[in-house]
Amino acid sequence: MSTLALPAEAAASTARRPARRVRQEALAAYALAAPAAIMLLGILLLPTAATVLLSFTDWQFGAATLNWIGLGNYEKLAADRVFWRSLANTLLYVAVVVPASVFLGLGVAMLIEAGGSGRTFYRAAYFLPVTATLIAMATVWEIMLHPSVGLINLAFDAVGLGKHNWLKDPALALPALAVIGIWQALGLNMVLFLAGLKSIPRDLYEAAAIDGAENWWDRFTTVTWPMLGPATLFVLVITAIRSFQVFDTVAVLTEGGPNKATDVLLYTMYQEGFGFFRAGYGASITVVFLVFVLILTLVKARVMEKRVHYA
Amino acid sequence: MTAPRGLPFAILRHVLLGIGAVFMLAPFVWMLSLSLKPADEIFTTDLRLLPQRWDAVRNYSEAFRKVPLHRYLLNGAIVTATIFSLQVLVALPAAYALAKLRFGLAKPLFALVLFGLLIPGHVPAIPHYIMLSSAGLLDSYAALVFPSMISVFGIFWIRQFFKTVPDDLIHAARLDGLSEFAIVWRIMLPTAAPALVAFGIVSVVFHWNDYFWPLLVVTSPDMAMPALGTVYLRNTEAGTDYGPLMAGTVIITAPLVIAFLVAQRRFIEGMTLTGIKG
Repeated sequence: MSTLALPAEAAASTARRPARRVRQEALAAYALAAPAAIMLLGILLLPTAATVLLSFTDWQFGAATLNWIGLGNYEKLAADRVFWRSLANTLLYVAVVVPASVFLGLGVAMLIEAGGSGRTFYRAAYFLPVTATLIAMATVWEIMLHPSVGLINLAFDAVGLGKHNWLKDPALALPALAVIGIWQALGLNMVLFLAGLKSIPRDLYEAAAIDGAENWWDRFTTVTWPMLGPATLFVLVITAIRSFQVFDTVAVLTEGGPNKATDVLLYTMYQEGFGFFRAGYGASITVVFLVFVLILTLVKARVMEKRVHYA
Repeated sequence: MTAPRGLPFAILRHVLLGIGAVFMLAPFVWMLSLSLKPADEIFTTDLRLLPQRWDAVRNYSEAFRKVPLHRYLLNGAIVTATIFSLQVLVALPAAYALAKLRFGLAKPLFALVLFGLLIPGHVPAIPHYIMLSSAGLLDSYAALVFPSMISVFGIFWIRQFFKTVPDDLIHAARLDGLSEFAIVWRIMLPTAAPALVAFGIVSVVFHWNDYFWPLLVVTSPDMAMPALGTVYLRNTEAGTDYGPLMAGTVIITAPLVIAFLVAQRRFIEGMTLTGIKG
């Protein structure tokens, strides 16, 4: 208690404020922050802790009893081929969507910045999927991927690549979902890069030109890329966090199929927890999911610190 | 960037960006196009943007007949507005206390806020479900709103904004005899307007589009949020009557797409904040 009170006292003495005033301010602060603090604990932190605790039990929804089974659920996970498949699919999805949407986003941002005309139109066109309801747009993609009359198959057929049953073919279903993921993520990455490009001082390009940077590739390698480096890392990590949470397209378009080819972590968690009512087991998948997201978030925190130094 | 480049580059730029834009916009254009066509023109391999026989009226009225689309829009409006109001009601005073007032637990509280930022909303879902189920509140507006009543991102974002507000503004208000409570709602609320607009866009877009949570707690057809409602509509047919389905998706996506086209700059600024949220 005394250590907690110290900063307030020190601050008060520097400001030469009467003790009564300090106490009043602290009281007001507690009253103002109390609802948020209570909800933060009651709605976010304690339920998160409850998820972790549940993952050590065999509890099922509606069951009258629950047993502490220690690492039982995690041992089951380690032996569960569906879980490993789902984790591998999630990582593969992230490994495709992240680089593709980040580098396409960068390319689009650079092309937009490189000229004067059409900027507003292109920015809006590429950003539109970010705000549009993904579930609704996924049903549109489903029709575009229709095996016989889908727009995409018509286009593939027209250039001689044949028609495919995209969402029912185990080899094509996850790539098809990844394309939708890229389509949805690209616009946000583009605007983050546009902001980054705008913050590069113009004199750097002039200096590079004096130093003999003649074509766009020289300018890119000597100025743009080094200046964008930290921003690029940041965009990579937040895209990874977001694509790690892929759920909507899987739940609606493939339901994890065909033959588990598109099962992803959150979908497995949903099925175990809410489809089969194995709350404890579902909680252990949630914990695995949380660990991955936490690792990515810690990387992001490191990147953001670095970014401050550059800025 | 720099150095004006020649005409060939300008053409190349438009060609590349144009091809990409076609890919980005194709789903929107195709959705609109199919929503106007009769079934026989949908199930054909001829590529046509506009229908030969317009069937828009049937498709759109059929979509509303199959599922209560107007309810989904209304639910979306009520729930997103309630969530945003509650988030501001809780976050604004806390953000003010954290940014401008001295109290002993300020640092631990802010550390908890930062810790909360790390946790994706899916993680506490199972305990939330248990809590709502034992309170008999599943399948209600309360269930849809409950997990989102507090936004740690909102507290963090508004606190960062308040840090940039000069202290003199608050000192002046205190000299005028305003209580801390009055300062929050009469001085800080209007000051925070730009930050609240950006946060509001993030909050409303997220909850309008959210599928995961409504899928867990909603069971009756009338309680669906827009995204879940789209799936109900999709499930009414064995996936064959595409005209009404596309009309329904047009209706569900229209509010946010129109809002985005009207206020592009604000939307883009707002949505880039989701980078902080992760």
